[in-house]
Amino acid sequence: MKEFETVIGLEVHLQLSTKTKIFCGCKNDFGYDPNTLTCPVCLGLPGSLPVFNKKVLTYGIKAGLALNCTISSTIKFDRKNYYYPDLPKAYQISQFDMPIAKDGYIMITKEDGNDKKIRIHRAHLEEDAGKLTHDTESSSSLVDYNRTGTPLLEIVTEPDMSSPQEAYDYLQALKLNLQYLDVSDCDMEKGSLRCDANISIREKGETKLGTKAELKNMNSFKAIKTALEYEVKRQQEVVESGSAVIQETRLWDENKNVTISMRSKEEAHDYRYFPEPDLVPFTVSKDTIDDIKKTLPELPAQKLERLSKEYDLSDYNAKIIVSDKSLALFFEECAKLYKDTKKICNWINGSILSELNNRKETISNLNLSSKNLVDLIKKVDGGILSNLIAKDVLGIMLDTGKNATSVVEEKGLAQVSDDSELEKIVDELIKENENVANQIKEGKESAIGFLVGQAMKKTKGKANPKKIGEIIKRTLS
Amino acid sequence: MISKENVKQVASLSRIHLKDEEIEFLAKDLEKILDYIKKLEKLDISSVEPTSHALPTKDVFREDVVKPSLSQKDALKITQNKEKGSFKVPKIIE
Ligand SMILES: [Zn+2]
Repeated sequence: MKEFETVIGLEVHLQLSTKTKIFCGCKNDFGYDPNTLTCPVCLGLPGSLPVFNKKVLTYGIKAGLALNCTISSTIKFDRKNYYYPDLPKAYQISQFDMPIAKDGYIMITKEDGNDKKIRIHRAHLEEDAGKLTHDTESSSSLVDYNRTGTPLLEIVTEPDMSSPQEAYDYLQALKLNLQYLDVSDCDMEKGSLRCDANISIREKGETKLGTKAELKNMNSFKAIKTALEYEVKRQQEVVESGSAVIQETRLWDENKNVTISMRSKEEAHDYRYFPEPDLVPFTVSKDTIDDIKKTLPELPAQKLERLSKEYDLSDYNAKIIVSDKSLALFFEECAKLYKDTKKICNWINGSILSELNNRKETISNLNLSSKNLVDLIKKVDGGILSNLIAKDVLGIMLDTGKNATSVVEEKGLAQVSDDSELEKIVDELIKENENVANQIKEGKESAIGFLVGQAMKKTKGKANPKKIGEIIKRTLS
Repeated sequence: MISKENVKQVASLSRIHLKDEEIEFLAKDLEKILDYIKKLEKLDISSVEPTSHALPTKDVFREDVVKPSLSQKDALKITQNKEKGSFKVPKIIE
């Protein structure tokens, strides 16, 4: 049997979150009534002229730098000509031969723990098109031009990924870096991050690339991975059956879990690129690049290294904390108030993340200040709350926005550590469980745990388990 | 040599409908243009920077400041084919 290897390259379209569109002052936003965010420029009316939004250039350079790219000293725009109803001018203003950034890379961690460099071929600026909706019943399609002119950064990798998992990891790493930069919300559901994949297979050892298929229409990272997995299998079957893979665009069908050939007409695309005469060239000086470099935030890889060192975090803990910019911020706020960072991590990576998942919230929207979390942890340290009850208290704190002290007082949740009260409970238990008590007397230490469990049950978790254990030992020895 | 097929291909990419006699005329016309380009190709331009624009200006920017957009009603004034606040076009099937 032949052994195959997979070759994947990705193209990501990223909507930049500037206030206005790339070439006009229309608001760059989402969720408005159709055709309420347009003007003569983005509708392509005769006599209108595009003017380049300076912020878009800044965001593009920021992203290019974060992706370790070389930023071009001169950039220009070109017209990409094609006819489609979502493109009012019948051309898209894009960048052909002088993209804003090229030759970069991003690091991913492979499943075996080793790092791998995924090279970025280029990143260029362009304008987004409008949005078409197709009514199944009617014989027409509807166009909303609100999205036309939304600034896009297209990020193209080299064919460096050799498995669907690596493609997934690349996208996660890319998204994380871009979110740290604050240049896009990277939300695939809203369409602010879209991804097409080029995939081919070849026999192991072969150096020439195989014929690729271009996959479109995946609307989550998971869908991209599943579509690529399907496509690997499909292409292998094609080759093993003695046929050849044909170069084509295939659409992912999420319901059927298959890719379907678009069977587009054989007529090759000819975009007839030429320089956009309505926009003069732009220079990017070394000073400009240096100034923007200074504004770059600490990026995930740097933060990972710093947090690991500064707070002595395990690799596992550090990676979870860094996987979300606001989570990392929250962690550092807590770490300023409380020394035992391992305990903070345990809380964040355990209860807090599961609350975030259950509530489908982000840490910044959660009803929790760093001080309130630290106060809660301190209550456990001081024996006022057991770990178990503390988790319930956290839940109530998130529901009500109250701090741990008021929740404990209002609900009477404080741990019982008072000796005389605990002794009373132990006495009762010994009476109720004579057999077990005798076993303990005879030296069966493991039976103590059973009685402690019973005590917790009796007190609804409020008894201090350590003290209960001590009292049982003392009484029965 | 520009064939009639070439002209038809270019016309279809440009969504232009041409009559037969126009195709014939344009084939000859395009031939002449290409001949002229061939002449230009003979020039030594190795020391000349590529020109994308004839204007001596560059770096014309605008700040990222919102300006009012057209109302939906005004935006749709340029078409007779509208529905549900949108431009209506013949059905597009991918
Ligand atoms: Zn506009």
